[in-house]
Amino acid sequence: MTKTSSSATAPAQPQTGAAAPEPPITAAMVKEHGLTEDEYARVLRALNRPPTLTELGIYSVMWSEHCSYKSSRVWLKRLPTAGPHVICGPGENAGIVDIGNGLAAVFKMESHNHPSFIEPYQGAATGVGGIMRDVFTMGARPVANLNALRFGAPEHDKTRHLVDGVVAGIGGYGNCFGVPTVGGEVEFDPAYNGNILVNAMCVGIAPADKIFYAAASGVGNPVVYVGSKTGRDGIHGATMASAEFDDDSHEKRPTVQVGDPFTEKLLLEACLELMAEDAIVAIQDMGAAGLTSSSVEMAGKGGVGIELTLDAVPCREDAMTAYEMLLSESQERMLMVLKPGKEEVARRIFEKWQLDIAVIGTITDTGRMVVRHHGVTVADLPLDSLNDDAPLYERPYEIPSPAAPLDIAKAPAPANAAQTLVAMIASPAVCSRRWIWEQYDHTIMGDTLQRPGGDAGVVRVHGTNTALAVTVDVTPRYCKADPQAGGKQAVAETWRNLSATGARPLAVTDCMNFGNPERPDIMGQFAGCILGMKEACEALDYPVVSGNVSLYNETNGQGILPTPAIGGVGLIEDARLYARMDGMKAGDDLILVGDEHGHLGQSLYLRDVLGVDLETEGGAPPPVDLAAERRNGDFVRGLIATGRLSAVHDVSDGGLYVAVAELCLASRIGAHMSLPEGLPAHAALFGEDQSRYVIALPTALTRQALRAAAKAGVSARHLGHVGGVDLIAEGCDPISVEMLRTAHEGWFPRYMDATH
Amino acid sequence: MKAAVVIFPGSNCDRDTLVALERITGRAPVPVWHTETDLPPADLVVLPGGFTYGDYLRAGAMAARAPVMAAVQQRAHDGAFVLGICNGFQMLTETGLLPGALMRNAGLKFICKDVYLSVARTDTPFARAYPAGRPIRLPIAHHDGNYFADDATLERLEGEGRIAFRYVSKDGAADADANPNGSRGNIAGIYSDNLRVLGMMPHPERLIEPALGGSDGRPLFEGLMEALS
Repeated sequence: MTKTSSSATAPAQPQTGAAAPEPPITAAMVKEHGLTEDEYARVLRALNRPPTLTELGIYSVMWSEHCSYKSSRVWLKRLPTAGPHVICGPGENAGIVDIGNGLAAVFKMESHNHPSFIEPYQGAATGVGGIMRDVFTMGARPVANLNALRFGAPEHDKTRHLVDGVVAGIGGYGNCFGVPTVGGEVEFDPAYNGNILVNAMCVGIAPADKIFYAAASGVGNPVVYVGSKTGRDGIHGATMASAEFDDDSHEKRPTVQVGDPFTEKLLLEACLELMAEDAIVAIQDMGAAGLTSSSVEMAGKGGVGIELTLDAVPCREDAMTAYEMLLSESQERMLMVLKPGKEEVARRIFEKWQLDIAVIGTITDTGRMVVRHHGVTVADLPLDSLNDDAPLYERPYEIPSPAAPLDIAKAPAPANAAQTLVAMIASPAVCSRRWIWEQYDHTIMGDTLQRPGGDAGVVRVHGTNTALAVTVDVTPRYCKADPQAGGKQAVAETWRNLSATGARPLAVTDCMNFGNPERPDIMGQFAGCILGMKEACEALDYPVVSGNVSLYNETNGQGILPTPAIGGVGLIEDARLYARMDGMKAGDDLILVGDEHGHLGQSLYLRDVLGVDLETEGGAPPPVDLAAERRNGDFVRGLIATGRLSAVHDVSDGGLYVAVAELCLASRIGAHMSLPEGLPAHAALFGEDQSRYVIALPTALTRQALRAAAKAGVSARHLGHVGGVDLIAEGCDPISVEMLRTAHEGWFPRYMDATH
Repeated sequence: MKAAVVIFPGSNCDRDTLVALERITGRAPVPVWHTETDLPPADLVVLPGGFTYGDYLRAGAMAARAPVMAAVQQRAHDGAFVLGICNGFQMLTETGLLPGALMRNAGLKFICKDVYLSVARTDTPFARAYPAGRPIRLPIAHHDGNYFADDATLERLEGEGRIAFRYVSKDGAADADANPNGSRGNIAGIYSDNLRVLGMMPHPERLIEPALGGSDGRPLFEGLMEALS
């Protein structure tokens, strides 16, 4: 550890007066702040003296993995981020794409994994609060929320409690705030026993010519604090989120913030009202690392300096120190730079909404962040050093070699395929998520066209005839077996889900959840997934406009499955012409779009039916042919635009049999389906070949649709027809749709109601 | 029909209610801020849904004491139509304009889903456009919709024909399976004694066009409009 006593005479040493004594920095304090010896040496070089404790705290959070992306940045740079409709790519609070009618969709996904494991209700709630703030900071009204949740094995001791708390927390925040939660995904796997994943996504809508950014400008402009008062909650949350857990991780509970969705709702309305007044130069929410990161980012992005006087910060607890105020992660707060003379209009609006407002500083031209408290300078540091000199690691990585193809002998046929389907439909992986989404308000705002349970959530763009389709997807078991193929598949699956509603996919946000990046194998998973995502995003003209990285999802050295969750947003040009799963009618024909290879590697059939250990014997995940993906999706979207299809569903987890069963469940009617020549029946039924869709349409249109497919070079075949009360696959026992429903709806409430 | 929609800190169905009223009546309702002490001229005053004051203390308890509520109560006493939806219903019971209380759902969870409702009588201004004898379908979205009143109050409500809506099955049976939140008597909405104040947990403003999954919310506003014309 670098000696800290030798440079005590350095000239720029801020005064530490009697009002706020700052102790000298010891090696132990540096370690507690999560800085390595090398990183602390950088601090000393940047300051040319030892930091004060407050300054150490500032460097600690700004250089945490959570805020600095120091391990991931070199890889994230490879992702494509531009496109003709992109208004704002990564680097701001959220990504922005043009959606026509003078409007823009503003969206981002973010993790709240570590806090949710420690305190599920508040951890999940504040995750939702944080992501919505990111969206309305930019001037958008949030219109749709989604979430991607991953829990440990259902039989693990903590799982039920965590599911209960996380779902209640997401609902508690979003319902009160008043945004429909229209989609998401939930998965159980023992790999998440010690580290659950709570990824929240928010989509908002803003006038395309009235977007607000974080870059501060205008020397002398006031820096204004608005929103909730500052307390001692969440201090060092960003640092916690940048470390592994151990057996004592529950002791970190005091670093979890407490959410107040009511205040956030007031903050939204007050911010939007002020944004209409032409008063704001720059605005940034106080998320991770609170006042520190918001002020550093605003001043840093604007290339200016900032002076803060903490005495004016509204506090909810007595005797808070500068250190505590700067590092608090109290929720529902914003920092903004106002145009000169606009303080009064801001004050009037925030007082109307019963929120605190205080001028706490000024923009300067010094390039430094200077913080005063009780007349004492507690921090005085060059902003460059926080942003540009932040450590950047090219961590060693080893991309694991892709798993070898599955030995088909290891995947025997089931004794009874129909019974196997019933078991799969009733399994934690496939069963209905109704228990969850009925706890989320999904009809508020009066524009929800497709409620949860479809391929993607669909919300009308208020006051227009267009709609947005939104989805989140990733298949971590594929990513584990072959990170590159898995990263590619995750992007392609969101693209497919959007296309299945008829939407034109516009762009994605990502939430990269991985283990400890200091391990080359984990870094290799990260790198592989990025390369796969890049390939898919490029091939599909589907740029990444925002994202978040969550590393160190590990407990006692056990990492999670690599989980690059992808959130996709698509545009439906005519809101009357989108596709649903619940419109199949008796007499309709079924068409399968896409090639059938019977690919069982890494399938649910292997894992859940045969009980194969996917890691050792699961084989390779299904490959995605991006050219076919695009062709098939474009074809399906074109058919949907005719407005004549009865129902559309993509084929994913569990394969074709599950996909048709889900259509039958949604439409409350039976169907007959045939199997292709030349494939074992169980491979055709349960194989997870990619880029496929099932379409239901009136028989009169079938020949025409198949001809159009052939002309477009799209594989498609007549799959069967709709009718009756049973699902009947060729050569399999009939299963009544009502029996499927009982199986499908049963697992979740039964599991959650059990007492042990 | 002239309508006023009262907006409190934490109201979140105010926009939906304003939009629905304008689309159905063809006339923009007047938003009224909770600090007002006077209401504009209006045939109908709506207390919309939401989480006023974060549901802190009790759902609707703080909003019921907002300055504007004295004017709402006065209007109600003067015979104006008052509609409280969801959190608005909770405010109406908190002010005493309607009897009973809305407790936490029996299952202790927030519930968002469509429910079937029987329209107990179709001869009131609010319900006159609903067909008799057929259940309607509306969304609920609440955590505290478990209607409670003591036996004497329930008996009085029943006796005076003041039940507006009950939770029922698709074929109209008001049984326990159809009761989403534990409400006594499967009650989803009640009237004041002059049938001019209606409190209901379901959200008629959310289901007013087929694109949203149904339009059983419309007749409530249409009926009122007819009654007032």
